[in-house]
Amino acid sequence: MADVKKIATRQSYGEALVELGAEHDDFVVFDADLAAATQTGKFKAAYPDRFFDAGIAESNMMGLAAGVATTGRVAFASTFAMFAAGRAFEQVRNSIGYPHLNVKVGATHAGISVGEDGATHQCNEDIALMRTIPGMTVIVPADDVEARACVRAAYEYEGPVYMRFGRLATPVINDRPDYSFEIGKGIVMREGADVTIVACGLMVAAALEAAEKLAADGIDAEVIDMHTIKPIDAETIIASARKTGKVVTAEEHSVIGGLGSAVCDVLAESCPVPVKKVGVQDVYGESGPAVDLLKKYGLDADGVEAAVRELLA
Amino acid sequence: MTDDQLKKVANEVRKGVIIGTHAAKSGHPGGSLGAADIMTYLYFEEMNIDPADPHKADRDRFVLSKGHCAPGLYATLAERGYFPKEDLETLRHIGSHLQGHPNMNDTPGVDMSTGSLGQGISAAVGMALAAKHWGDTYRTYALLGDGEIEEGQVWEAAMFAGNHQLDNLCVIVDHNGLQIDGTIEEVNSAMPIADKFRAFKFHVIEVADGNDMAQLRAAFAEARETTGAPTCIVCETVKGKGVSFMENQVGWHGKAPNDEEFEQAMAELSKEA
Repeated sequence: MADVKKIATRQSYGEALVELGAEHDDFVVFDADLAAATQTGKFKAAYPDRFFDAGIAESNMMGLAAGVATTGRVAFASTFAMFAAGRAFEQVRNSIGYPHLNVKVGATHAGISVGEDGATHQCNEDIALMRTIPGMTVIVPADDVEARACVRAAYEYEGPVYMRFGRLATPVINDRPDYSFEIGKGIVMREGADVTIVACGLMVAAALEAAEKLAADGIDAEVIDMHTIKPIDAETIIASARKTGKVVTAEEHSVIGGLGSAVCDVLAESCPVPVKKVGVQDVYGESGPAVDLLKKYGLDADGVEAAVRELLA
Repeated sequence: MTDDQLKKVANEVRKGVIIGTHAAKSGHPGGSLGAADIMTYLYFEEMNIDPADPHKADRDRFVLSKGHCAPGLYATLAERGYFPKEDLETLRHIGSHLQGHPNMNDTPGVDMSTGSLGQGISAAVGMALAAKHWGDTYRTYALLGDGEIEEGQVWEAAMFAGNHQLDNLCVIVDHNGLQIDGTIEEVNSAMPIADKFRAFKFHVIEVADGNDMAQLRAAFAEARETTGAPTCIVCETVKGKGVSFMENQVGWHGKAPNDEEFEQAMAELSKEA
């Protein structure tokens, strides 16, 4: 897919905020000294009076956003996933989640594709952390189009939302006129009969690529873009699993507690079928070029293809 | 209200604290009694609020950052008419709107859910920032403990408030010198408190007796007149104030009075009134 247009979803986030800012003045954007990296700097440039830098103090930033939200307005709070979901977990849980405030956490640089910064900054645990918070909506957009749509949907949604964006430019796969985004509604990207691949984030493009390779061998894979991890779209998962009888999940996140676990929760209760989870296998990441790291940790089309073949073997 | 009238109200609030914690068989009477005068002054004299319209947009905000003093806040809100005083007997019971720590979605008059120390002040700063940004007239008050300010987040919040010159924000430190494991000096003191807040660009007012209405009146008036900087009022208070056997006793931080202690406490407070 070398000729496909690639955009990092963090860039989509920054640009979507600017677009939203042109339409609404009832929200503000916070960052924690990472505006250039998270791309909220774009919003800061466009609306300097509506942007507030909390400095290197993520815990306080979450509280500031909560305080703003108590007044009936919306607050976006942005930093790396490691610090949003990791460092500030308890602030998100107690100051935002418990009172169910209208704070939209824009977490960028999620997963191993952070690259050279290495393990301390590669957050593979944020989906797990955030989905345990009652009332929290967790969205992992697959590409630029979906990321923009998710920012808008999060703004319009009543309640806390965690949005997970990536640093690495990834293929744009949803650039089509009939694309529509609905929180909690997965998208069947490719229909198939032999196996279901449920993916999120940059793994959706990898799953589609894997499906093409498998098709050459006569394996007909269904690919679902499960952009909302919570609330999970049980209906779409069950319908597909009933049809194919085998499920592979694919995420740039630990196999513990993320998309794979959420899918297993659904299947174990309603449609027990064999599942293979592609993800970070309970290890820390390391420094290196993002694409090379994704390959090393099996988070690419080859990794998904291998998981499918293993499951079908 | 006159200082004497306020003092009588505070005494009723103290009774509410004892009634609530006794009924709950748990909770935090010590800090609630010590801060009863501060909360009484705020809700009966200082703040622009309306118990009949707890969500009115221009109301002044109060954030109990030291959320464990919920019995004190609830007793104050009940005394002010936000909900029936009988509700205090349901404190910490299953199904009650009076949770162990305040929840804004459960209790009329509670402006922010708190309890995990250090977090309330951040929300208060966010409220003050929102008022500045959208041109709202309300003021925001946050009550912190002198043990609570050991939390790093307090200073993240203070740094932001000072740098943004949030003069619509008034932080009150309930300085009773005690925390769960002992005196603040024994545990991990944040002293000198006033100097620290000054260093974080706050206008600081030191109140020698935070259980005295006249001194509280003067301090809050000064805070209201302060421009260009947030105010921090450091109030020296007596933990357990008003109940002889609870005063200055670490042991009464988070312990409820039994039936006998309840009777004695209520008798002492009734004598006051």
